[in-house]
Amino acid sequence: MYQTTYHRASSLEDAAKLHAGGDDPKFVAGGMTLIPAMKTRLSAPSDLIDLRHIDGMKGIRISGQQVEIGALTTHADLAQSKELEKACHSLHYMANHVGDPLVRHLGTMGGCVANNDPAQDYPAALLALDATIITTSREMKADDFFTGLFETALEEGEIVKAVRFTAPDQCGYEKFRNPASRYAMTGVFVAKGAGGVRVAVTGAGDNGVYRETEMEEKLAANFSADALEGVTVSPSNMMSDIHASAEYRANLVVVMAKRAVAKAAGH
Amino acid sequence: MGIEGIGARVARKEDKRFITGAGRYVDDMVVPGMKHAAFVRSPHAHAQIKGIDVEAARAMPGVIDVLVGKQIKADGIGNLICGWMVHSKDGSPMKMGAWSPLAVDRVRYVGDAVAIVVAETKGQARDAAEAVEVDYAELDAVTEAPAALEGGAPQLHPEAEGNLIFDWGLGDEAATDTALASAAHTVELEIVNNRLVPNAMEPRAALGHYNKAEDHYTCWTTSQNPHVARLVMSAFYNVAPENKLRVIAPDVGGGFGSKIYIYPEEIVCLWASKKTGVPVKWVADRTESFLTDAHGRDHHTKVKMGFDADHRIVGLKVDTIANLGAYMSLFSSATPTYLYATLLSGQYDIPAIYGNVRAVYTNTAPVDAYRGAGRPEATYVLERTMETAARQLGVSPAELRRKNFVKSFPHQTPVIMNYDTGDFAASLDAALKEADYAGFEKRREEAKGRGKLRGIGMSCYIEACGIAPSAAVGSLGAGVGLWESAEVRVNAVGTIEVLTGSHSHGQGHETTFAQLVSQRLGVGIDTINIVHGDTDKVQMGMGTYGSRSGAVGMSAIVKALDKVEAKAKKIAAHLMEADEGDIVIENGELKVAGTDKTVPWFQLALAAYTAHNLPQGMEPGLKETAFYDPTNFTFPAGCYICEVEIDPDTGRTEIVQFVAADDFGNIINPMIVEGQVHGGVAQGIGQALLEGTRYDETTGQLITASFMDYTMPRADDLPSFRISTQTTPCPGNPLGIKGCGEAGAIGSPPAVINAITDAIGTNELTMPATPQKVWAALRSATRH
Repeated sequence: MYQTTYHRASSLEDAAKLHAGGDDPKFVAGGMTLIPAMKTRLSAPSDLIDLRHIDGMKGIRISGQQVEIGALTTHADLAQSKELEKACHSLHYMANHVGDPLVRHLGTMGGCVANNDPAQDYPAALLALDATIITTSREMKADDFFTGLFETALEEGEIVKAVRFTAPDQCGYEKFRNPASRYAMTGVFVAKGAGGVRVAVTGAGDNGVYRETEMEEKLAANFSADALEGVTVSPSNMMSDIHASAEYRANLVVVMAKRAVAKAAGH
Repeated sequence: MGIEGIGARVARKEDKRFITGAGRYVDDMVVPGMKHAAFVRSPHAHAQIKGIDVEAARAMPGVIDVLVGKQIKADGIGNLICGWMVHSKDGSPMKMGAWSPLAVDRVRYVGDAVAIVVAETKGQARDAAEAVEVDYAELDAVTEAPAALEGGAPQLHPEAEGNLIFDWGLGDEAATDTALASAAHTVELEIVNNRLVPNAMEPRAALGHYNKAEDHYTCWTTSQNPHVARLVMSAFYNVAPENKLRVIAPDVGGGFGSKIYIYPEEIVCLWASKKTGVPVKWVADRTESFLTDAHGRDHHTKVKMGFDADHRIVGLKVDTIANLGAYMSLFSSATPTYLYATLLSGQYDIPAIYGNVRAVYTNTAPVDAYRGAGRPEATYVLERTMETAARQLGVSPAELRRKNFVKSFPHQTPVIMNYDTGDFAASLDAALKEADYAGFEKRREEAKGRGKLRGIGMSCYIEACGIAPSAAVGSLGAGVGLWESAEVRVNAVGTIEVLTGSHSHGQGHETTFAQLVSQRLGVGIDTINIVHGDTDKVQMGMGTYGSRSGAVGMSAIVKALDKVEAKAKKIAAHLMEADEGDIVIENGELKVAGTDKTVPWFQLALAAYTAHNLPQGMEPGLKETAFYDPTNFTFPAGCYICEVEIDPDTGRTEIVQFVAADDFGNIINPMIVEGQVHGGVAQGIGQALLEGTRYDETTGQLITASFMDYTMPRADDLPSFRISTQTTPCPGNPLGIKGCGEAGAIGSPPAVINAITDAIGTNELTMPATPQKVWAALRSATRH
């Protein structure tokens, strides 16, 4: 790790001030991606601004069908929430299957959203749930927020405060883990709600999380795994690496989608 | 068996400090004035060094000095060597290229050490290492051994034309060709044994301390064999004469072979300590471990096996290309030759065998012995071939093996080894029963109903441990003898210290060695301390590898105990006015057989040291030393049966059952032996399913350089193992021990791959059988 200056922000205003004063500053919450990158000297922020002690950014608020999750809520908080399980069992399941216990107790929803790692789970959930991302300066739909590999619509200094979505009628998430890192090598989240069916894929697309619109159409007509019989995904827009070729990932998208739908239907 | 004697499941004495975080590793060592080192390493797989500018780095905060290869050469520090001479078929000696501890004019793999920075803190040393400017002229690189042999391939060392280190053969080629030509059936396969990164939990580390006033060096290092390290550093690297060099290997967190070798870093830290006048500590980070620990395996092999009409093996021919990486590591020449081709007879009576091995330089990390060392490669070749043969002949894989088993002992194979004892059918039968082999087809059908492809595969392995008779290995080219030493020191009140040349880095010697003493003297293991890992305490030893500590290390203790007992009996006989021949040692007492006369052990010890009343002319004290040189290798053997279920949609393999039936000879502590089997099988399953080292074939960059991309086995990748032992005591050593440390890693990979290929119906599969590969194999099998 290179030398860095650690700051504990007391409020969002304080965080903004610290950020403006830094040379090459970075916000940190759980640090589950950033700290390992810093340890291997791949990332070298001049200032590390810790957001975890800011009040009011943690917790799950559920009112009727509306679910709002504070950005500093950890995976473990989500994984232990009975209310969340009732409102959206697949997001609850997802939180239970992120990383390992250490990661789940440190990593946060906001950190995952802002980092938009192409193998992270939450972007698939938020995109499929048609969620709204609430930041220090605006509200954005997930469709507009996630823009590419590790890329989001966040401006310099803008902080994710919370995410909000309407609980779906039915949902399912299935992921196939990378054998080494255990991140999603392909994860598919399906959600059926008032707005129709949405299918979001993480870990597979070469531009990060994306929606499988052909599957959405078929599932809108018939929300069952059978509806996806014969559907194929083109490998042309898939990531390819030593663990999974584009062809293999394209196959996994279909397999995981079918299993996610079956899970949703069986719940 | 007493409650703490041989055969007892005694909890490990050393675990208290390990599981409470109180172990003392090299990184825990602190010497007054100690500073920290970072190595500047090559980012290129192959390049000319045109110049090194250290001035900017030297001016960085906290930097004490920056030292480079030209300086170490000027100071007369020698090149690293390979300690086992292998001759090619044409009689020429192996072609060893120069390996300078710090590269002087050329780097040959990513991670090659170029300079050392010594600074006040580790962070400062690392910062300054990045400021060292090395002017590289990049050269083309080659990472795969077959490609390195092709004309026009990048050349690594001027000494080794065509990158060929040796072209070696073992066995009778003409007889083998004749046998294969007349065979009724032949089976041919091309087999790749994947390269592995050892990944011991504790990374390598070294602390070099030069004491100017005494003109003496101390080196704390993560070594499996500190005495060999001292010998080599004295005799070949000119660091210091042996009497001026103390090597200490304290608690060491796993080795698996990778800590046998002497690496550049410990040599450079010692030299740098003298140059800078401060003690210098270096601890590898995980990336350095991936890049620079000696890797394992990496063979490309063509095999042909012939059978007569009755399905008896008539001949076996093996042609292997072994990748040794950029430099020859300490035992790199022996691993793919005398530890590999000598095991090609397996458990079978094969009249004609010929093995050809070409060892090759590539722009990759050095490759050397890794848990099993040559025997996993031999077992994989043989057992993949046997299973394939059974499928092609349409016979039971179990019965084809049984028909060809060696059944009488001793058995001389055509490839040097003389098997002393064994009962291969006993392990096969035990495994078949435990695995319910006969009921498999029913389970396959049931799995089919759940959409899963179920397969079963077996492996009957034999390996050679307890290395080895010194004269024998000397005649084969070893630069050292492979005996072991022991010293048993009885203190004045009867407590005991056993000094051993073996080194425990996870094996549990502090427990098992104490169990042996407890068995012999009838004293509790808490009164016995095992001392190892320090050249100032233990005079000489050959260390721990090749599953040799039981068969060789404990045999030396037996010999020393024999001498202690003999002297103790003389003293006891004198004290009790009895005949020496009537004295027996039981439950911590020396007794006159058939009487009620006894002397407690502590009183006997005290008598030896007070020396008030000893037999006429006897020296005071009770301390004896012994060296034990084995008479033969030992031959652990067994049968492993693996059962898998494959998800055809994703290619994911689940191991649903794993049975191990092993003959390790006599066992000191069954619990520790079971732990060794569990760990070994986990590593073997790791090789078969998960671990695949990948270099970029063009740039030579290590792609799998972290746990994000290199898949280490985890608990949920593994089933609960069903293990048993069958025992034929080894006739070659006093305890009847064969060794158990490597068998799991040797026997398991072919059992796993045989099971997967059985499930998917195609042999077109290489290790590691990742989900992607199994899915692709299934797809291409359906397409054909």
